[in-house]
Amino acid sequence: MTVETLVQEVGEWLRGSGPESDIVMSTRIRLARNLADFPFIRRCSDIDRANIEVTVRERMCQDSELSKLEYVNVAQLDDLDRQVLVERQLISRELAEAEGARTVAIDSDERHSIMINEEDHLRIQVMQSGLDVEKAWDRINRLDDTIETHVNYAFDETLGYLTACPTNVGTGLRVSVLVHLPALVITQQIDKAFRSLNRINLVVRGLHGEGSEALGDFYQVSNQITLGKTEDDLVRRVAEVVPVLLNYERKARDFLMNENQHSVFDQVSRAYGTLQTAQQISSEEAMHNLSRVRLGINLGLIDDLDIAVVNRLFVQMQPAHLQKLTRKIDSSSQRNIERANYLHAQLKSQTKSSDDN
Amino acid sequence: MKCQKCEKPATFHITDLTGEGLLELHLCAECARTYLQPEGEPAAPKMGNVIEGQLKLEQTAEELKELDNKTCPVCGISFFEFRQVGRLGCPYDYQFFQKELEPLLLNVHGSTEHPGKHPRRPTLSPEHSTEIIGLRRKLREAVEREDYEQASKVRDQIKQHEEVTRRDS
Repeated sequence: MTVETLVQEVGEWLRGSGPESDIVMSTRIRLARNLADFPFIRRCSDIDRANIEVTVRERMCQDSELSKLEYVNVAQLDDLDRQVLVERQLISRELAEAEGARTVAIDSDERHSIMINEEDHLRIQVMQSGLDVEKAWDRINRLDDTIETHVNYAFDETLGYLTACPTNVGTGLRVSVLVHLPALVITQQIDKAFRSLNRINLVVRGLHGEGSEALGDFYQVSNQITLGKTEDDLVRRVAEVVPVLLNYERKARDFLMNENQHSVFDQVSRAYGTLQTAQQISSEEAMHNLSRVRLGINLGLIDDLDIAVVNRLFVQMQPAHLQKLTRKIDSSSQRNIERANYLHAQLKSQTKSSDDN
Repeated sequence: MKCQKCEKPATFHITDLTGEGLLELHLCAECARTYLQPEGEPAAPKMGNVIEGQLKLEQTAEELKELDNKTCPVCGISFFEFRQVGRLGCPYDYQFFQKELEPLLLNVHGSTEHPGKHPRRPTLSPEHSTEIIGLRRKLREAVEREDYEQASKVRDQIKQHEEVTRRDS
């Protein structure tokens, strides 16, 4: 697997299948783990970091399952390739921007990845299409067990898994559900919906986590606390609350269709038209319009485009992906032209009516 | 009339225009304040802010200065550094700064005990873990002052430990 081949397709979790996939793009869970016999990253020397990277990689490679992963040396990648991995959510911005020895081990279907030397020595994450937190927990729990047979985790009988930041201590677990909420945005109810989530200890972030913007009306809903509850409790809480949010979005969609169908059809059609005809388009504008088109497909207003294509384009419209795909390293205005061209070609070849011709 | 969110008497009667039409709410003062709080309120408390808030409540300037100088004997991180970056330096910090961290953990998590998953096999004892981490620091310091004889000694000690932990795993 090279970054070049990676950008042509998208991971399993973006195929747009799984429960509630009209609104929920993906469920991901990460576990923060540290080795017991090294200082946390903050107090690691370069030698320590290199040691951790080699130790963890070597031990993981002794395992028949873990040895099949693709080990990507993030320190040796150029900035563009690192950015591609960030845009695909295989690594965090923190890992991309860090210094020193660091690696990510990626499963070939991009269903899980393991970062070495992020904020914690190990950040294990699994991705699942649609809303399926129980399955995601089951998978990451087994993956964690497998890794644990090869390394010594820093664990305290009272506090649980010890992490560099006290906000992650205990379970080290964060469940994030990536939801697409265009109707709540259009009806201006999004802030209110989130305020009700905040009150029950769930956090909402943009597409790429903390401090990032909600590009394309995508939001991540995740648990805030990691200590004092079992993993099952934390996972169940998210599994119970997300459907409430989905219900808000569905009601807002019904409202748009019943009360405002002309206006929403107009917005969807203009967005689709823009994507098909614009001569230059920024990443933000492309995401905004793709969001409207995705809503249009879900509402049955667009019937000649597959939702999986839109899901893929969301990823490929991001700057690093586009640069890889078009192989142009020009100014951002040139990139906006390339983006428009790429969209035309993709939408033309992927629409169902053109298949019939 | 009772508040719709708790048992207190409802003193605020709010009519909200929502996508689904008019929404009528009858709330007590406290629930109304939560409901009406300004939009875009930060969701998760930022580590730094939480620590700052905690400290201002409980310490005088002098005590704070003393606390800032408190330094972990294993990894060498000071409380000041932790306060600045929000990251601890080693597992032992949870023990060494226990008194300072406890209110923080309660504030963030509402708990100081982990009822969840345990590793399936025994991990390194805290003493063993602390000893190896201490050696790693000694090694770095020896290299920094170019005392290669000492560095080589310490490196051998670490290797011995690593062989033991590897056998265990």
